[in-house]
Amino acid sequence: MWAYIIRRLLYAIPILVGVNVITFVLFFMVNSPDDMARAHLGGKHITHEAVEAWKAARGYDKPLFYNPDAAGPGPVTETIFFEKSLRLFVLDFGVSDEGRHIGSDIRQRMGPSLAIAIPTFLIGLGMNISVALLILMFRGTRLELGAVIMLVGLMSISSLFYIIVGQYTASVLWHLTPISGYGESLLGSWHFLILPVIIGVIAGVGAGARWYRTIFLEEIHKDYVRTARAKGLSELRVLFRHVLQNAMLPILTGVVVVIPLLFLGSLIMESFFGIPGLGSYTIEAIQAQDFAVVRAMVFLGSVLYIGGLLLTDISYTWVDPRVRLS
Amino acid sequence: MMQETILDIHDLTIAFDQEEVLKNVDLSIRRGEFFALVGESGSGKSITALAVMRLLPEEARVRGGRVTFRDSELLGLPEWRMRHIRGRKIAMIFQEPMTSLNPVISVGEQIAEVMIRHGQAGRRGARGRVTELLDSVGIPEPEARIDWFPHQLSGGQKQRIMIAMALACEPDFLIADEPTTALDVTIQAQVLELLKKIQRERDLTVLLITHDLAVVAETADRLAVLREGRILETQEAATFFARPEHPYSKLLLEAVPRPGVYRQPPATPRPLLDIRDLKVHFPIKKGLLQRQVGAIKAVDGVDLAIPEGETLALVGESGSGKSTVGRAVLRLLDVTAGTIRFGERDITTMGRGPMHRVRQELQIIFQDPYSSMNPRMLVNDIIREGMESLGVGESKADREERVVALLKQVGLVPEHRRRYPHEFSGGQRQRICIARVLAVSPRLIVCDEPTSALDVSVRAQILDLLGELQERLRLSYLFITHDLSVVSVLAHRVAVMQQGKIVEQGPVRTVLETPEHPYTRTLLAAVPRIP
Amino acid sequence: MKPVLLWTDGLVFLLLLAMATAVYLSGRNLQMRQQWREVFRSRLGMAAAIIVAAYLGVAVLDSLHFRPALAPTPALTGPAGNSAEIHYSPRVLSVLDLFFGELNDPTEKSYSRPFAAFAFSQESLTGPDGELVRAYPRLAYGGRHLEDPSKHLPADLLLKSLGAVGLGAGTGLAFAVVVAGLGWFFTRGRRTSWRRYMTELWRESSGLSWKTALFTFIGVCVTLAWLYQLSRWYHVFGTDKVGGDVLYHTVKSIRTGVLIGLLTTLVMLPLAITMGVSAGYFGGLIDDIIQYIYTTLNSIPGVLLIAAAVLILQVYMNNHPELFETEAARSDLRLLFLCIILGVTSWTGLCRMLRAETLKLRSLDYVEAARAFGVGNAVLLARHILPNVTHIVLISIALDFSGLVLAEAVLSYVGVGVDPSMPSWGNMINSARLELAREPAVWWPLAAAFVFMFILVLAANLYADVVRDAFDPRAALKK
Repeated sequence: MWAYIIRRLLYAIPILVGVNVITFVLFFMVNSPDDMARAHLGGKHITHEAVEAWKAARGYDKPLFYNPDAAGPGPVTETIFFEKSLRLFVLDFGVSDEGRHIGSDIRQRMGPSLAIAIPTFLIGLGMNISVALLILMFRGTRLELGAVIMLVGLMSISSLFYIIVGQYTASVLWHLTPISGYGESLLGSWHFLILPVIIGVIAGVGAGARWYRTIFLEEIHKDYVRTARAKGLSELRVLFRHVLQNAMLPILTGVVVVIPLLFLGSLIMESFFGIPGLGSYTIEAIQAQDFAVVRAMVFLGSVLYIGGLLLTDISYTWVDPRVRLS
Repeated sequence: MMQETILDIHDLTIAFDQEEVLKNVDLSIRRGEFFALVGESGSGKSITALAVMRLLPEEARVRGGRVTFRDSELLGLPEWRMRHIRGRKIAMIFQEPMTSLNPVISVGEQIAEVMIRHGQAGRRGARGRVTELLDSVGIPEPEARIDWFPHQLSGGQKQRIMIAMALACEPDFLIADEPTTALDVTIQAQVLELLKKIQRERDLTVLLITHDLAVVAETADRLAVLREGRILETQEAATFFARPEHPYSKLLLEAVPRPGVYRQPPATPRPLLDIRDLKVHFPIKKGLLQRQVGAIKAVDGVDLAIPEGETLALVGESGSGKSTVGRAVLRLLDVTAGTIRFGERDITTMGRGPMHRVRQELQIIFQDPYSSMNPRMLVNDIIREGMESLGVGESKADREERVVALLKQVGLVPEHRRRYPHEFSGGQRQRICIARVLAVSPRLIVCDEPTSALDVSVRAQILDLLGELQERLRLSYLFITHDLSVVSVLAHRVAVMQQGKIVEQGPVRTVLETPEHPYTRTLLAAVPRIP
Repeated sequence: MKPVLLWTDGLVFLLLLAMATAVYLSGRNLQMRQQWREVFRSRLGMAAAIIVAAYLGVAVLDSLHFRPALAPTPALTGPAGNSAEIHYSPRVLSVLDLFFGELNDPTEKSYSRPFAAFAFSQESLTGPDGELVRAYPRLAYGGRHLEDPSKHLPADLLLKSLGAVGLGAGTGLAFAVVVAGLGWFFTRGRRTSWRRYMTELWRESSGLSWKTALFTFIGVCVTLAWLYQLSRWYHVFGTDKVGGDVLYHTVKSIRTGVLIGLLTTLVMLPLAITMGVSAGYFGGLIDDIIQYIYTTLNSIPGVLLIAAAVLILQVYMNNHPELFETEAARSDLRLLFLCIILGVTSWTGLCRMLRAETLKLRSLDYVEAARAFGVGNAVLLARHILPNVTHIVLISIALDFSGLVLAEAVLSYVGVGVDPSMPSWGNMINSARLELAREPAVWWPLAAAFVFMFILVLAANLYADVVRDAFDPRAALKK
């Protein structure tokens, strides 16, 4: 099994390189370093020296990909691409265009993101699976049809609407929780988290429960379930002992890959509720056109995604003996 | 002495949507007997079994009738009481052992589960009893295998596990729904032997559902014939096979090929197809760099020769490599070693261009009539496809005429060309496939189990058609099959294959009546026969 | 009046053509016909389809653009008084705008509640005795025909509503009868009398849900008639910050939402189909490369990719203002590029499914049979593989549509959606945040955007469900 993991990790490298190249190309294709400097410096009279100074301070004064003037490995290493993008591989995120140290920013903002994301994920998971199983027990009745349409209805409401209305009713109308913001530390901030987590769970029930229901439905029509029933087992045991474990396979495929991404937080949630997490960090960077931060976040996102894929494969071995024993 | 009736089905009618699949079915099974319910596909036999267990699919509706087990009327029982009966009083085993067992739970636990649920054992005591059970159904090393998972066992062993599960609570009544249809013939013999032994030892009543009359002959005391939802005949087995009453029963019996009439191979002309030392190996790759650590030797040194106008039957069980030989001959696979000569040419490594010209003479018919035609194409286009690709026929009109002629030749009607495959039955679809292949005027046809998926009555018709075509058109067949009874009807010579090698080869009469190799003997002994 | 064809307009018509061709082609294939019948046999499917069709209709109407001619004035015709040369307004209107009349432009000063006759905020007005008083001024457009709104408004609303309902129901029914008549006429060949035809339709003997269709259609007509009629006298959903009619804004946003849902698919499909089928069919190196591509793309968080691409576009457009003739053309191009970007970033899901399905199909007997006939790869793909994956494509289109409409709202919030000047539900929701914070709260733009968006997305989702159940070959086994 270790050979398998190592092989997957090796395979991840060209993907990360590819991600880097794409991000790099996207940003510098139309937006040359000169344009970036001008945008950041603002003002009417931007002198050539000011632009050069800005670029030199941030390392944008070198050629993009290939530097013919440098000696030794210089042509490749003394380029923006190498310095800015490849450094990421050693997790050296460098400095943002505003001058802040990106690495420490990430470490600092990771906590709030997780503080919202993890509870939302866990509570949501539990609730979605329970709702799905509950609906499954009423298979074939009108109640089921009504429940399914309600799920579709919940799913059809924009998440923005949940947030805006939720914020308005809970905070403004009923004064139950603060509108937005975050405390000094994790422990001191829990009351800021209640509303975002609740809204996050409700917004996800429609699509989530529906998805799990589809998976369970598919399993329930399989032959081994018929055998289990032929043995006289109760419906409860059939569902929870037989169906659930087999359903874990497709469930894991969809769920585990999301876990590492929890670090990035939900961009929208954090923005609306003023949570200083990685999500809002990214949004602010996008809006400010800060390339250094955006490429760091993109890289981080990719690493986490690939980590998620790997985790999914590993989780299969726990759940499915067919994979474990091969 | 009147034996008590243990199960009585009276006037049972079941419908799916608007269509009735069981019509006023009457069945009476006595205690301790081995009863067979015989019918072709779609006759409703499985539905009968499921109805007894109250495991009908959601769309089924019981329109009338009673099912009485001992003194309880099963159809009216509340679900919780029915659950007490399932697994404890009435047990059932199913056709596909592969999918009928839960893949993520150990076999031991799946067996113990039944016992625990019905209060027959506690969690600790169960393990010992499960081991005993495994032993009694013939699983080797039961103490170790109790913790194994289904995928680690063979098909036959999986079915034994199913039987063990069914017997765990010592039920009075066992329903077996086509338990051996998906198994190889030697394994089938073993499982049937096991069932008979169990029945004797435990004084069990067995209801066996099957389409195979030969299996019935070897096992059943009494039987009933089911056709399109109606019981046609109920009879003692011995009487039935001697003097069947209903014309349909007679039809079924006649359709089973009987040994005795053999075809003689013609005096040896030059072979049309000549295979020498054919090897097809599939590499196994493992490790970090995916290096080849070994190979699956599907075909490992096979010699065959087929002259013009002759049928060579290639017989073997699943995994023997026979289908691989068929595909290799058509160069649908790559050959690892050996030579294939067709006519005068060596086609073993022929390139795409030259091979294209050869393809016209070398064709194949497949096993599954449901996946061998594109569901979105009209029959007309399906038959025309080969002609267009290989340049047969001078013009589009010419090809259209050929399509009409071909349809008539295989026993269909010209109007059929404007229809889609799903509108036809299994037998009709195979006829269309035969027409498709004949369209390009081949000299040799590889028939890969073309009748295995068909009902018994239809099988005979297709075999007759193939025989007729062979005589008229001087066709050669490489007939791949696992069913020895079919061999005697169509083949001149037969080759027996086991694990990639041919263990015995010769004229049909010689091999079937005086087999030399032990494997051939085992195969022949395992084939169920009708007296 | 000079017709204007915006980029997105052209694509809309291309799309209509594509849909018509698809309908024609599937009509010829028996299996497809049966599956579509399944869809319309379901009452839910029929109702949802009609509602979605209504939205599509609005979007199409809104895509017929033109520039109205300006009345000749001395400033335009020049000193020589040359009136032969017609000048056109730089403003681009659509056929839909004709229905709204005056409401095309802001008619009030600022906010006003739905159906109000008075403005939302107080102003300093000159009282009857010439003194300055702070009161709610009368609206210029809303309820202007009423003498005394406090007394007459409710009754007036009721009266006009009833009239509208009657008008709507009547037109709907008449239209339905005409369509039924056309249907009868064209199937005259084997058709019976008019009476029997109508009875068969009413009894739904063919299984298709004609009654539901009729009721839904009449419902839609009634709603449209009511909205239209009342808009002539009131602001049905009030007015926004600059005094523009909120209903107008919301209805104009329909085109944006629909376009994003459909055009993205137009971009996404060729990519997903070629890559997915090639990867599954050819395997080997091609498969590895394509898998690499989509894994890499998938690793980049979607929002970031879209944001980056949109930003680049913005910069480009800022640097080259000479490319765009009108404001409309500019924001239109931005919409187009948003669709392209969304398409390029969302093809991976469908691609994966197609690859898996192609792998399964590749080993089926009928593909082997074709190979035994020496059929070449290109023909094999076109004849055997592609037609048998269309169901996946169809399901995907139906399912993705609603997701894309919702995504637009989120993207607009982040600031990388459509141009802020283009009417879209996302932009409306974006502004809603601040509006709710006011005392008292301004809730109607949010409500309008929500209602219209919700109905479209719900209908699309329900429709997609029905399509999936009808086309999924495995679901058929359960029947």
